[in-house]
Amino acid sequence: MRPDDRKYTRSHEWIKADGDTVLIGITDFAVNELCSGNEGDLVYCDLPEAGRLVEAGETFGEIESVKAVADLNAPVSGTVVEANPAIEDHLEILSRDPWNEGWMIRLAPKTKSLDGELMSAAQYEAWLAESH
Amino acid sequence: MALKATTLHAAHVAAGARMIDFGGWSMPVQYRPILEEVATVRQRVGLFDLGHMGRIELRGPDREAFLDRLATNHVAKIPIGAIRYGLLCRENGDPIDDILVYRAQDHLFVVVNASNTAVDVEWLHQHRAQGPFQGVEIIDRTDELGMIALQGPRSQAVLEKLTEGVDLGAIKYYRFSFGRVCGIDGVRISRTGYTGEDGFELYLPNPQAPRVWDALVESGAPEGLTPIGLGARDTLRLEAGMPLYGHEIGPGLNPIEAGLSFGVNLTPEKKNTLGYAALSAFAAKPTRRLVGLASDGPRVPRQGYTVHAADREIGFVCSGSVSPTVGKHIASAYVAIGFDRPGTELEFDLRGKRQSCVVQELPFYSRTRG
Repeated sequence: MRPDDRKYTRSHEWIKADGDTVLIGITDFAVNELCSGNEGDLVYCDLPEAGRLVEAGETFGEIESVKAVADLNAPVSGTVVEANPAIEDHLEILSRDPWNEGWMIRLAPKTKSLDGELMSAAQYEAWLAESH
Repeated sequence: MALKATTLHAAHVAAGARMIDFGGWSMPVQYRPILEEVATVRQRVGLFDLGHMGRIELRGPDREAFLDRLATNHVAKIPIGAIRYGLLCRENGDPIDDILVYRAQDHLFVVVNASNTAVDVEWLHQHRAQGPFQGVEIIDRTDELGMIALQGPRSQAVLEKLTEGVDLGAIKYYRFSFGRVCGIDGVRISRTGYTGEDGFELYLPNPQAPRVWDALVESGAPEGLTPIGLGARDTLRLEAGMPLYGHEIGPGLNPIEAGLSFGVNLTPEKKNTLGYAALSAFAAKPTRRLVGLASDGPRVPRQGYTVHAADREIGFVCSGSVSPTVGKHIASAYVAIGFDRPGTELEFDLRGKRQSCVVQELPFYSRTRG
């Protein structure tokens, strides 16, 4: 079971409340799709600068592996507070710990609610099982 | 439409391969990390299931003249027992496919891309019906033959343990013979491949393919042999400067500008070959050239990315990859004449961001050049 302290998107991001802000990352499934369990296959991650406004559903960055490039999509609207400074030089964090150390951006959300298209961990897993 | 599967499908799944749709077939893309698989082939030996490739036999008295009408290489001049690269092109010079032609005493054997097999077979039938070649037999062997490749410096050492009645050392590059493999008579054995390494390709009846595969895995283990997927195969062929249909060649991408003139005979004897006039015109006045681009930047170039010299767009990427052998990110790309000289500094446009790269001649890797 994936962590149930957060919500999930159909493009495999997770979003978790952290005080007044939210943390956003990608799921183990997304990481495995890109690198098939081999952390050395991840080559690049582009994350936004602090202060940037992003709309829900908008692409805020990219992650690239030997095989493919994937967009990173914002689950909610808000302002970027910071990007995880460790990721650019240590992409292996994403395969080792996508849930905690592997957070990508901290956002000050426009509204406090995290609803809309977002799924619970159980819903995300049921959807994965059915569609992949 | 359901995917086709080779007779080795179960062996791939059992070995933990990740399977993908490739040209309508369910094929292994990798068994292990792609970059490790690349290194295995460059340093030791790798095993490939190529049962998806199209295999077509031509028989009958006019088979050479018939194929000479359709293929850009000079089929009638291929020595018996030798293999040559060529293309099937339309009148306008657009490639329909690229092919290998094996010339035997009593038949021609043509190996084509999986995704184009149906089109190629139809193309052959259509032209046989029109011309004076109705005595030529076109036999699609794709569904009855397995195809297994061994690639890498230890290939001969591995295959020798399982062959009888054939001297593998006597089969030179781009030559073939028939011999006994794992007790199966009449296996076609060619010294060919799509990796830039020494190696062999075997053609044998489908029901025997799993047994031969298992025997190669077992007898190759001491030499470091492992099965290799299509992911590594794509990097290996790009490092070796070999084209892939749909990337370097295809509609609007002619073989002359792709640097494949060695497979396009433009002497007057071949003037009745389909596409001769158009290909001659490209040869007389090329506007662009396929080159290698190497980059030290973090991003991997991909098909379709544009190539720029300062503010000017001067080309586009056909294939790109991380190259463990070269130690850089590499691409094949068409660039306008004038920007094709080795050492020219250019930029990729990677989805709105620029990354510098340098032109170099293909191939990136040659085992003989070192």
